[in-house]
Amino acid sequence: MKIAVCLRRVPDTAEADVKVDGTGKGIVEDRLAFTINEADNYALEEALLLKEQRDAEVSLVSVGPKEADEVLRMGLAKGAAGAVRIDDKELQGSDGLALAEVLAAYFRKNPVDLVFTGCIAQDVEDSQVGPALAQLLGWPHTSYVVKLDCGDERMTVRRELEGGFLEVKDIARPAVVSIQTGGNTPRYASILGIKRARTKPLEALEPGAIDLDTSKAGEAGSRTRLERLYVPEVVSAAEMIEGDVSEKAGRLADILKEKGVS
Amino acid sequence: MSGIMVLAEHRHGDLRDVSHEVLSAARNLAEKTGEQVEAVLLGQGCDEMAQRLAAQAHRVIHAEHPAFRDFNYETWQQALVRLVKGREPSIVMIPHTAFGTDLGPSLAVELGVGIVSDAIGFEPGPDGLKVTRGVYGGKLNAERFISTTPALVMVRQSHFKPDQPGLEGEVVNWDPGDVGSGLRTRFISLEEVPSTGIDITKADVVVGIGRGVKEEKNIGPIREFAEHIGAVLAGSRPVIDAGWLEKERQVGSSGKTVKPRVYIALGISGAFQHVAGMTGSDTIIAVNKDPHAPIFAVAHYGIVDDLHKVVPALREKLA
Ligand SMILES: Cc1cc2nc3c(=O)[nH]c(=O)nc-3n(C[C@H](O)[C@H](O)[C@H](O)COP(=O)(O)OP(=O)(O)OC[C@H]3O[C@@H](n4cnc5c(N)ncnc54)[C@H](O)[C@@H]3O)c2cc1C
Ligand SMILES: Nc1ncnc2c1ncn2[C@@H]1O[C@H](COP(=O)(O)O)[C@@H](O)[C@H]1O
Repeated sequence: MKIAVCLRRVPDTAEADVKVDGTGKGIVEDRLAFTINEADNYALEEALLLKEQRDAEVSLVSVGPKEADEVLRMGLAKGAAGAVRIDDKELQGSDGLALAEVLAAYFRKNPVDLVFTGCIAQDVEDSQVGPALAQLLGWPHTSYVVKLDCGDERMTVRRELEGGFLEVKDIARPAVVSIQTGGNTPRYASILGIKRARTKPLEALEPGAIDLDTSKAGEAGSRTRLERLYVPEVVSAAEMIEGDVSEKAGRLADILKEKGVS
Repeated sequence: MSGIMVLAEHRHGDLRDVSHEVLSAARNLAEKTGEQVEAVLLGQGCDEMAQRLAAQAHRVIHAEHPAFRDFNYETWQQALVRLVKGREPSIVMIPHTAFGTDLGPSLAVELGVGIVSDAIGFEPGPDGLKVTRGVYGGKLNAERFISTTPALVMVRQSHFKPDQPGLEGEVVNWDPGDVGSGLRTRFISLEEVPSTGIDITKADVVVGIGRGVKEEKNIGPIREFAEHIGAVLAGSRPVIDAGWLEKERQVGSSGKTVKPRVYIALGISGAFQHVAGMTGSDTIIAVNKDPHAPIFAVAHYGIVDDLHKVVPALREKLA
């Protein structure tokens, strides 16, 4: 069985100061660290677990700049056999559906039995690529999956719904499965794995090489367009407690006592 | 080519709150565009729900079919493609939920239309719809323009106030035709995550910890602090995903909703999925070393500092 995992390179912005750049449509990247998208880590783990269970080969695909090779190397170090990066220089401004078009073109030329994606990209937060990719390939999909049991032809999945419910579904292959965080424990790459990754194939492709209809990607090929990014206005700001740690703790202790907590 | 179509979501024989919220967003927008709001209800044995939706929509398109007994995006997609092509709405709104996001993107592909996720604001214009949404964990907003008709949007849950009724829409029974055949996915069952007896929803004081605690071993002193002040320990999703706290201690849209007298958020950034589960707390106190963390937009009191310094200092003051 051939399994592919779609990896997205994303900036780690949880603790960083995120600034809008001069174009108004991007963020200032110089001081940001980039990593593998959180949900994709879980998607990769699910694929590797499946590989260990069955006779399967895991490959990686990312649409991104040269720097995305780092993310792919990380995935190779964890145990994937090979990786492909589709260069995105000519694909700037692609929205979620356009990205799905790019991936679909790749998988039409390089067929697999099962594609894993993350359920959401932590930067754009679309949750679109997996289901859209499946539809473009004419395959079924299922999203927010936290548990997967793979049979010979079909799979049983548990997908997470709001409010503490799991939906149990059965799905045929080929399929796209979007993985939610928390269903497994992503492994770390071993030293040996990192060494081995250096000799594994990592191929860079131009969109032309995957027969992509470029009228369907990039800003011109997208049916939605980013107009601007901005810092949201804060409606009711918190009262900020200032001072050194001891002063802050003192004031907070007073507030808590006032509320009857101590 | 007009009208705002809203897909209603239901579970266990009842409309979900998000259906009323999305209808409310649609009605606000319809007032600007002078259009009508049409609710779509696909189900089995849903007459009563249809009546309730009619108080919030100008029209309810109600389809009864055994294939709509349990949610399956494939069945819903078959029906909606027909419905959208037949009625030609200008905007289609779907809840941005596990139900809606399983359906929206593939529906958009099949219809050949643009789609924007997690919408929190709408601005109609002469050549399309402009949609506001959050990105980067809520640190920025993005405005996206949809150039197709219809424009497809998935609307954020727990964001818009559910609308007060006031309309008396007509309920139109619609025959969806052949639906539910040729499916490649099959609904089996709904499972409730088993309970281990922990209940954070009744707590008077909750200490919520986030990824900012960094390591499991750092939780010890925070647990001791929480016990000292009689608080229940809870966490954001990454803390639960990492296995540091039990699933029942997760606060947020895919966890529990808490409304304590005091909620203390330690090292939690304030993503809307988390905020959705604690915004009803009487007093929210946030400690975060990032002054731009979105949590400070919902907190009443904020401290910008290292939680690992603030907690011991606070523990001492409360000794
Ligand atoms: C479908 C779906 C459902 C979800 N459901 C939920 C849910 O139910 N509940 C939930 O919580 N999330 C949920 N999420 C995830 C959510 O989007 C966020 O990823 C998550 O809430 C982030 O958790 P966090 O704030 O702990 O981590 P981060 O966003 O990584 O933030 C960590 C914070 O800690 C701060 N920090 C770091 N070190 C320190 C220090 N020493 N002192 C003080 N502060 C520090 C940082 O500045 C940062 O603000 C869901 C996501 C999806 C897609
Ligand atoms: N540029 C990309 N390259 C490869 N996979 C991607 C890319 N963007 C998104 N994906 C995949 O699609 C998933 C959902 O992304 P999104 O729909 O953008 O929220 C991610 O978790 C990835 O698995």
